[in-house]
Amino acid sequence: MIAEFNEIVLLSLQVTGIALFFSTLIGIPVGVAMGMARFPGRKLVVALLYTGMGFPPVVVGLFVYLLLSRSGPLGSLGLSWMAQLFTPGAMIIAQTVISFPLVAGFTMAAVMGVDPAVRQQVMALGATSRQAALTILSEARIGVIVSIIAGFGGIISEVGAVMLVGGNIEGRTRVLTTAIVLETRKGNFDLALALGGVLLGITFIANLAMLRLQGKSFDR
Amino acid sequence: MTTAATPLNQNIYQVRNLVQTYENRRVLEIEALDILAGEVLALVGPSGAGKSTLLRLLNFLEAPTQGRIIYQGSEFNTSGDMSLEKRRSVTTVFQRPMLLERTVYENVAFGLRLRGQRDSKDRIAAALEEVGLANIARQRARTLSGGEAQRVALARAMVLEPDVLLLDEPTANLDPYNVGLIEAIARRLNQNHGTTLVLVTHNVFQAHRLADRVCFLLEGKLIETGPVQEFFDQPRDPRTHAFVNGEMVY
Ligand SMILES: Nc1ncnc2c1ncn2[C@@H]1O[C@H](COP(=O)(O)OP(=O)(O)OP(=O)(O)O)[C@@H](O)[C@H]1O
Ligand SMILES: [Mg+2]
Repeated sequence: MIAEFNEIVLLSLQVTGIALFFSTLIGIPVGVAMGMARFPGRKLVVALLYTGMGFPPVVVGLFVYLLLSRSGPLGSLGLSWMAQLFTPGAMIIAQTVISFPLVAGFTMAAVMGVDPAVRQQVMALGATSRQAALTILSEARIGVIVSIIAGFGGIISEVGAVMLVGGNIEGRTRVLTTAIVLETRKGNFDLALALGGVLLGITFIANLAMLRLQGKSFDR
Repeated sequence: MTTAATPLNQNIYQVRNLVQTYENRRVLEIEALDILAGEVLALVGPSGAGKSTLLRLLNFLEAPTQGRIIYQGSEFNTSGDMSLEKRRSVTTVFQRPMLLERTVYENVAFGLRLRGQRDSKDRIAAALEEVGLANIARQRARTLSGGEAQRVALARAMVLEPDVLLLDEPTANLDPYNVGLIEAIARRLNQNHGTTLVLVTHNVFQAHRLADRVCFLLEGKLIETGPVQEFFDQPRDPRTHAFVNGEMVY
């Protein structure tokens, strides 16, 4: 019982952690580029990004499901390294897709919020374009951390997509949210509540940790 | 000082047929302007005359629409290209200090870090001492008063030991104490290090105090350039006359 409980918690953290890692890895550079660059078609990309931020996770789950299913475009290729449906890999893909626009979108907003005169001053002090981008990212760090929190919050508590592509298989793809759904349905309210408490706790601790990262810059 | 430093009294900048256009509006149009290495050149002119625009071009921050600037033998033109080394021998202190969300110390160290110079503690300490802020080196820069912030901005530029320091109304809105301090530092940089200064100012007295030569810009055009005394005492152009006598409405 306890072992099973721990397994669920651990898998939740693993899936969400890895998905967040990938979405941050791609999302922050994309957000910075979108926030700083001016190129034709930028408006369209921004609109897509904002749409992605509000995209229903369960629909993302459906797309990933169709992509990976045996008759789908990816599943039919039969690539051995490609994630299979009803595995943690499929859940990671879905969660990455869900959190990416959140991370990129909030990062973009944070970068756009930095006074353009800062970039000019930084260039005047002899920065290369790359150094200027990194400095602006650092100036926008509070917003960037918020983007990671938003990405995390968007997937750790998400249930529809992981249910679809993971299947809530005991011992394999059961995570906190899907377990809560199941235990509630079975009438095991105590267990459901305990799992809910853990989920709340994790969210709280993660947010606290990220707030600390922001350091003193937060209390301006 | 970089190795390519131009000998004193030779042209460090040669501006030729320089045009800057924003949204089809010509805001700057300078046929020729030479700036001597080691001089203090004041740029005066009414609001919107193009003074800040000229400084941005002299710092290679934007490409001109037409024409070129020869800086230490290298051409800066509509392509906007200038070698990093030469770019790094020029810096600007803007009217708004634009400090980074870091400590005072880290702000002053910033330009040196960009250049990969990490062992410059003494230089930073000396600069902080010089602007009278050594005691608040650990304070967050965004919490400083206007005068303190501008002194940090000056220290941040100073530690880079640039060949050229561009000052865009560095003392606007400051109290007499801070104005005096900043002017004294600018003067010392020029006299002790041979730093070429280009100073934009609305303050005729400041131009008088600091400059060797004065340039008068009006509606993007260079109306008159001359040695400071001559410029103020016997302006050749009637518009310059009106400006220095405060008769110009703007
Ligand atoms: N990025 C820009 N886009 C459009 N117009 C601009 C831009 N920068 C400057 N201008 C215009 O160019 C003209 C010259 O501006 P500039 O800032 O160089 O004047 P200035 O002489 O520095 O004035 P001030 O004394 O008020 O600072 C102004 O009319 C201004 O509106
Ligand atoms: Mg100006």
